[in-house]
Amino acid sequence: MATFSIHINGSTKNIDVDPSTPMLWVLRDHFNLVGTKFGCGIAQCGACTVHLGENAVRSCQLPISAVGEQHITTIEGLSENGNHPVQQAWLEVDVYQCGYCQAGQIMTASALLKKNPNPTEEEIEGAMNGNICRCGTYTRIKKAVKKAAEINQNT
Amino acid sequence: MTHIKTKQGRRAFIKNSSLAGGGLVLGFSWFNSCKPKVAEALAVEIEMPKEWYEINGYLKIGDNGVVTIMSPNPEIGQNVRTSMPMIVADELEVDWKNVVVEQAALNTNLYSWQVAGGSRSISSSWQNLRMAGATARHMLKEAAAETWQVPVGEVTAVAGILSHEATGKSAGYGEMASAASKLEVPEEIELKEIKDFSIIGTSRKNVDGKKLVTGKPLFGIDVQREGMLIASVVHPPAFGMKLKSYDAEAIKQMPGIRDVFTIKLYDDDFKKMAFHFTAFNELIVVVGDSTWQVFQAKKALNVEWENNPEITDTMTMFGNDMKVTFPAGMENSEDHTAKLKDITSSKIKVARKDGNPEAAFKNAAKIIERSYSCPFLAHNTMEPMNFFAHVTDDHAELLGPTQTPEWMEPAVSEVLGIPLENIDIQMTRQGGGFGRRLYGHFMVEVAAISQRMKAPVKLVYTREDDMTQGIYRPAYYATYRAAFDTDKNLTAFHVRAGGIPESPLFANRFPAGAIDNYLAEDFTVDSNITTGAFRAPRSNFIAGAEQSFLDEIAEEMGKDPIDFRLELLKRADENPVGKKESNDYDASRYAGVLELVREKSNWKQAEPGVHRGVSAYFCHQSYVAQVLDIVMDNDTPVVKKVTAAIDCGIVVNPDAASNLSEGGVIDGIGHAMYSGLTFKDGMPQQSNFDRYRLIRHKEAPKMIETHFVQSEIDPTGMGEPPFPPIMGALANALYKATGQRHYQQPFIKEKQIIG
Ligand code: FES
Ligand code: FES
Repeated sequence: MATFSIHINGSTKNIDVDPSTPMLWVLRDHFNLVGTKFGCGIAQCGACTVHLGENAVRSCQLPISAVGEQHITTIEGLSENGNHPVQQAWLEVDVYQCGYCQAGQIMTASALLKKNPNPTEEEIEGAMNGNICRCGTYTRIKKAVKKAAEINQNT
Repeated sequence: MTHIKTKQGRRAFIKNSSLAGGGLVLGFSWFNSCKPKVAEALAVEIEMPKEWYEINGYLKIGDNGVVTIMSPNPEIGQNVRTSMPMIVADELEVDWKNVVVEQAALNTNLYSWQVAGGSRSISSSWQNLRMAGATARHMLKEAAAETWQVPVGEVTAVAGILSHEATGKSAGYGEMASAASKLEVPEEIELKEIKDFSIIGTSRKNVDGKKLVTGKPLFGIDVQREGMLIASVVHPPAFGMKLKSYDAEAIKQMPGIRDVFTIKLYDDDFKKMAFHFTAFNELIVVVGDSTWQVFQAKKALNVEWENNPEITDTMTMFGNDMKVTFPAGMENSEDHTAKLKDITSSKIKVARKDGNPEAAFKNAAKIIERSYSCPFLAHNTMEPMNFFAHVTDDHAELLGPTQTPEWMEPAVSEVLGIPLENIDIQMTRQGGGFGRRLYGHFMVEVAAISQRMKAPVKLVYTREDDMTQGIYRPAYYATYRAAFDTDKNLTAFHVRAGGIPESPLFANRFPAGAIDNYLAEDFTVDSNITTGAFRAPRSNFIAGAEQSFLDEIAEEMGKDPIDFRLELLKRADENPVGKKESNDYDASRYAGVLELVREKSNWKQAEPGVHRGVSAYFCHQSYVAQVLDIVMDNDTPVVKKVTAAIDCGIVVNPDAASNLSEGGVIDGIGHAMYSGLTFKDGMPQQSNFDRYRLIRHKEAPKMIETHFVQSEIDPTGMGEPPFPPIMGALANALYKATGQRHYQQPFIKEKQIIG
């Protein structure tokens, strides 16, 4: 066990866990931030995607000891009132079926748009390809990413 | 006007559950016991009332006119949590923006068929949901009539407002809710005319949308409780094995581990329902403080396994007893294929025979014969199996994702030794179902663990546990033959279909009834690998096989594939072979979706470079036709567009139904193209998404368009029907694009295609 200070969603939280504990489980079991989902545990599905700094990363593969001073943003911290352009677009397109993968999809999409505010269809597919949606909402996800880019541009 | 009875004999469909308590509902215990202060469920925030009045088991009305509607069925992504309350709200005649939705707990007194299965949520509750809303509307009118001393027939109810024109009186539902809740449920009520629906048939957004995009706890795996422990189980690595011994002490010392022990689920004499089943009755349990610690300890566990003998068991399925045999031994996929191909004639049973197929095949000028196959599939719901339980001496509380709370309750009761009435099962939103959560052994497991630990426990499966636990889509195999005369007329049709351990055959579905000489046969092969219902059971294979074969027949006859199907359907409609009732489908509705898809896809005028395939299928009482367009990108086929036409009766929530159609299309393409579970020495060869391939963004169609047949028929299935036929449309379009026919799923193994 070791003590860590983690910058998360605009605040700093202290926690005493084994250094190899993946951030996914720190978030879910210790910080009670359960929006970040467990899907595979081996970096294959993207359900656990969070932002480390400005990058979308797989929190199931991110040991707490590797976080250091970098800031983590989870779905709960993406916006204050759930009004991030990507969240708005998701609501407008009504993307989800079961909804379980969608936090990960939203975190990947918002990291993409930050780097590339106006992605082409292929760039969207490329960036989103690591996020599995078992229910098959891919066409809606793509539509929503485009919509979010539009909302971004108009604000 | 349609009048319907709210009672049948002694059975009341709608009960006023608050009469005894005088209508005021205090301390109502809803899911998670946290009453919403604002309706986070809806994007618009709603002011919550001070007092709620329960009118019946489906709804309660607040003193300010806000209405809470209970959604009785499990929400697995099919959107019933939005569409079922929409039906109540429409009949209640309330403004949708004043509605809050809550998940109902299992309650066999108040609700029927609280199951997510058979695509029946809407169709089985359609009448009850309408009745619940209409009854409440009527009681509110009565309350107003009494208060105002006017005839009830003169009171109108529109969008939550009651009015009496002659006296100019009006009141909101909230003002009359208290009085209404004290009235007797009327024996007969009037339902709305279909033309007067104002919510049904309009697209309404998912009521959980806001919570989903902000990461609120909604799912079973998100449940947290004071003092809650985490448990995980270890099952044998191969089918045909059981536990011999293990070393608990070594891992008990690991950080955060509370206990390590075994549980045995069912006693030998417990009569199981098919949904209770698990391949692994004895499990090692690891309990600890956090998920990661428990998962780590499991990995470090040393276990010895031994072989199982042959097991026979009796299970009941809706009152029928079924004898099942699980042979001893470690099975391999190669042996499965060989067994399905070389089935001995003594195992083949005739399921339907029309005319004289033997003679027709004997006299044929030409015969084509094709065989199709598909592998076992794991459901792979995105949220792995999990459940919460808190069992005390004489009470059990269970909370989590299940498609069959009602059918699992007796098993939980039996294993705990706690009577049914002391078992309380509530449902969370569920990260996918696809049939997997019909089999709730994990509920029994967590209940047994909580009882032993005397603590609240959440059981969580790893992805590997989830994928290797069984309950797979069976492996199927089908051989089709068609006979032609010298003029290329189709003279006979023969299908022989089998599977491990069940046959996918539907002997009385199309094209039965459309061909004079018809033979349908089936067979089964026993296995110790456990299988279960997987989205559109059996149809999920046979539709694609049949629709691919029909494509080859049409080609042989030199006919357009849609024209050819319509000719057969015309025959089945006007002059069916056998009695019309013995054919399981309505030929004119079947033809209707083909005609609609032909029109909407502009079938006859494909753009240059577009290769198209068509398919149509009937299951779960609905009809779906799909046209799939492929373009070649260098040498790689890309699915450019899918056009779907669906007849599922009245469409409650069109955009949400389109979403299901899109999901079915993508799911079908994905499984036909990429997925499969294979076995070596009883061991699943894929245990996570690195080796088990699921369809991803790049491989999905670029566009999916869904068109619904305008209908006034009561709603039929929507969750499953769009899934099976697309596999045929895909195979047929690939043939046009590449010249190669596809017979064995996953197609990717036949040739590197799409992505
Ligand atoms: S849970 Fe991390 S990628 Fe799947
Ligand atoms: S919406 Fe169910 S997994 Fe994506």
